[in-house]
Amino acid sequence: MSQEQKFETVIGLEVHAQLLTDSKIFAVSGATSGKTPNSLTDSVTLGLPGCLPVLNRRVVDFAIKLGLATNCSIQKMSTFSRKHYFYPDLPKGYQISQYDLPLCKDGFVEYRLNGELKRVNLTRIHLEEDAGKNIHGESDGISYVDLNRAGVPLVEIVSEPDMRRPEEAGAYLKQLKQILRYTEVCDANMEDGSLRCDANVSVRPIGQTELGVKVEIKNLNSFKFVERAIQHEVERQIAVIESGGTILQETRLFDEQKGTTRSMRSKEEAADYKYFPDPDLPPLIVDSEWIGKIKDSLPELPNEIYNRFINYYKLDAYTVEILTLESFIARFFEQAVAAHNNPQAVSNWITSELFGRLNKEGLSIMDSPVSPENLASLVRMIDEELISGKIAKTVFDEMFESGSSPESVVEKKGLKQLSDPDILDKVISQILEKNPKQLEEYRSGKDKMFGFFVGQVMKETEGRANPVMVNDILKAKLA
Amino acid sequence: MSELTSLTTSEMRAKLLSGEISSMELVSAHFDRIEETSDLNSFITLVKDQALKNAESADIIIKEKGSNSGLFTGIPVAIKDQLVTKGIETTCGSKMLKGFIPPYDCTAVKKLKDAGAIIVGKTNQDEFAMGSSNEYSAFGPVKNPWDNSRVPGGSSGGSAAAVASGQSPIALGTDTGGSIRQPAGLCGIYGMKPTYGRVSRYGAVAFASSLDQIGPFARSVKDLALTLQTISGLDSNDATSVKDKVPEFVKELESWESKDLKGIRFGIPKDLMSGGLEDSVSNSFNEVISRLVKLGAEIVEISLPHASSSLAAYYITAPAEAASNLARFDGIRYGHRSSSYHSLQELYEKSRAEGFGKEVKRRIMIGSFVLSSGYYDAYYKKAQQIRTLVINDYKAAFMNSCDVVLTPVSPTVAFKLGEKTSASPLTMYLADIFTVPINLAGLPGISIPTSLSPEKLPIGMQCVGPLFSESLLLGVASVFEREFKFPVTQRTTGRIN
Repeated sequence: MSQEQKFETVIGLEVHAQLLTDSKIFAVSGATSGKTPNSLTDSVTLGLPGCLPVLNRRVVDFAIKLGLATNCSIQKMSTFSRKHYFYPDLPKGYQISQYDLPLCKDGFVEYRLNGELKRVNLTRIHLEEDAGKNIHGESDGISYVDLNRAGVPLVEIVSEPDMRRPEEAGAYLKQLKQILRYTEVCDANMEDGSLRCDANVSVRPIGQTELGVKVEIKNLNSFKFVERAIQHEVERQIAVIESGGTILQETRLFDEQKGTTRSMRSKEEAADYKYFPDPDLPPLIVDSEWIGKIKDSLPELPNEIYNRFINYYKLDAYTVEILTLESFIARFFEQAVAAHNNPQAVSNWITSELFGRLNKEGLSIMDSPVSPENLASLVRMIDEELISGKIAKTVFDEMFESGSSPESVVEKKGLKQLSDPDILDKVISQILEKNPKQLEEYRSGKDKMFGFFVGQVMKETEGRANPVMVNDILKAKLA
Repeated sequence: MSELTSLTTSEMRAKLLSGEISSMELVSAHFDRIEETSDLNSFITLVKDQALKNAESADIIIKEKGSNSGLFTGIPVAIKDQLVTKGIETTCGSKMLKGFIPPYDCTAVKKLKDAGAIIVGKTNQDEFAMGSSNEYSAFGPVKNPWDNSRVPGGSSGGSAAAVASGQSPIALGTDTGGSIRQPAGLCGIYGMKPTYGRVSRYGAVAFASSLDQIGPFARSVKDLALTLQTISGLDSNDATSVKDKVPEFVKELESWESKDLKGIRFGIPKDLMSGGLEDSVSNSFNEVISRLVKLGAEIVEISLPHASSSLAAYYITAPAEAASNLARFDGIRYGHRSSSYHSLQELYEKSRAEGFGKEVKRRIMIGSFVLSSGYYDAYYKKAQQIRTLVINDYKAAFMNSCDVVLTPVSPTVAFKLGEKTSASPLTMYLADIFTVPINLAGLPGISIPTSLSPEKLPIGMQCVGPLFSESLLLGVASVFEREFKFPVTQRTTGRIN
């Protein structure tokens, strides 16, 4: 029995997501990223004396939307507190964050792992403001502060310790990302920091009911790192226990170069944030009308679309997984199927040819030069035997290059399938006449010469001959 | 010329509109008075050139628009340095903000400016509004216009002294625990702390956010009403400002011209009156009561059982919020930064140690302590519970017993400079006993000068009403004004010593 089998891992995630509102959570400045440092600031964002925060109601809309999409109960009353610490990127000396009374409570997220449906319960989702960024000048030794990000709205999504393996944490996080993107609440990009994750990890001997001492891991900047860091931390904790040591409650940083974690601060060194209710912000009151309005605006969620695609289109799980990864892929697929009802073929074209080309060009399906309608037309032309599958690939390439419809490509390049029996009859007769030696061989029992004649017909017709008809006519003539 | 500094703003307006005087003359007269009485040290910053330029424009506006011009067109005002003013240095009486020039106007200031008022300068105050004597200013103490050796009260001592001495007809202050009412009382003028939320706090540098309110000082109740009406109202920049429509205070005041106090019940909180009153204040209070009875008022004894715990609750709540609000003064973006430091931590420590004065540091330390983990429940949380009880006490009193709660503003007349700063800080805190509960309860309170003590120092009374009862308080004050005829203009001309 390996060491890991003697222990059970317990994982909970705290996920921060930046909301895609136009302006900041308590100020009028824009909340977009990538602008000149300190260009998205104002008196409130700079924490100038006398300034007061005023809650942006769009932020609440977004958080309610996410709360509903994750099955939370939306609290009629929630409050904001101040979390104090000194750092140059924190202009007021405190961060405004929901503390004892969060906006959303008691939700859950369902995700699939290796075909199995699993659930992670959510303790809470609360609102808070982001901090700015310190930039340390390498050449001049001076530290700079950029407050563009300060006050950008965040939600913190806190899970219960419901995950037992690193892959579960990864799969839950991916599901969360999918929900955030479907609801258009957050673009959920870990590399850009619009989605951030801290993991609480502990281990306990199998059979033990109480939880082990938990360690918080920070600095997990990609999905890959989340799983890798947890895996490493689990191994580290087991090794410590096995060698007779005890786990310290602490915060550890993941080192992505080494793939290990190192201690950042112990529980004793943890800051006293001196939380207290922010007197500048009255309690946030959300009535059922507000919640109802957001509920009505909820899009179809990833798991709902997944189940519908499986049941309605009868596609396999793997294909549906890909088609529902992003709402706009699902939308592309459904638009194409609406134009030509062959879900299987349409999905094949999307997941193989279209994705192949898009990936190669580094494009998203939203920027696809081939529209869903044109892709549907292409599939229809194959289904109606106007073109062969092989020709279709050439047509598709041309569609991708020029953005043209398949009809116009076929027309322009003369690629339409040859299905006229008279023409085919004539072509085949000529081929047989031109190749008496091969005809002789066939007649003397060399069956494989049949393929030679088919090949010659295709060559003569530049691949446009209807292969089924060619077969039939050839067979008749050679009989 | 010098009598211009004794006029109320309504009198000034009449003379400006009739062409009898120009704004230029009016503003100049006030600067002359400021110069003449500069020993008071009531201003931290004066903006004479700008004010005179504005007076020039005001005269043109008055000529063009006449009575359609803003109510305060061409009239000088003084602004407490706790309120940010666009382009005018705003220090809050602290070395920390020396040289800080705000890029925006406090909402209340902007409303006065929009009504045509001309800012003459920024008034002196206790540092970050923490103090009851104006001695905790980084720019030196303010002196009481009635007696140069005494304090004007605080924290808005500069505003009170400016109005009492004829340096400005009206002024704005802030009141967190009595900082408008107490100096108004000690300087013999009118001052009001409006209901919490009545006036936007945007641009008032926060001391204790749940207690702070901006309010006016004036030498007449009508001026007080005019100023309050101008600065009140919902502000989208302050989530705690209230939606309620602002009453027409001045119009409603007119209905009191023919009224006495018949049927108005004045509650005397026996729990608060149980000691510590100076004889002259106590005598004056009793005299006021007997005069009120003659004016038809009903005097009832009321019980505010938790009011005596107010000081304790206040001196936990206010420092806690102050410690938090003052965290932004870290020397990073604005304000004082130490000239030598070797680490970020040292930058913070030295900048704050050098920038803040001792009373501010004391309150930051108390505040940090009561909010720290392990002590929060015993102090901060407990203080909030007391606060709720105090609120309920007043609610019950107004519901069952009285219309107005009457107390002196301060247990003493203006005390000597240095008298309380040399003693335990608690001595100073005790001066706030009558004013502090009102901030805890969010109620409106008005300070009304009623008489002079034997040593010729002003004594003021405080009337407190239910939430949003400013109109009632102004009305009651106008009756006091008519009946007591306090000599508000006694120090607006002539020598001050």
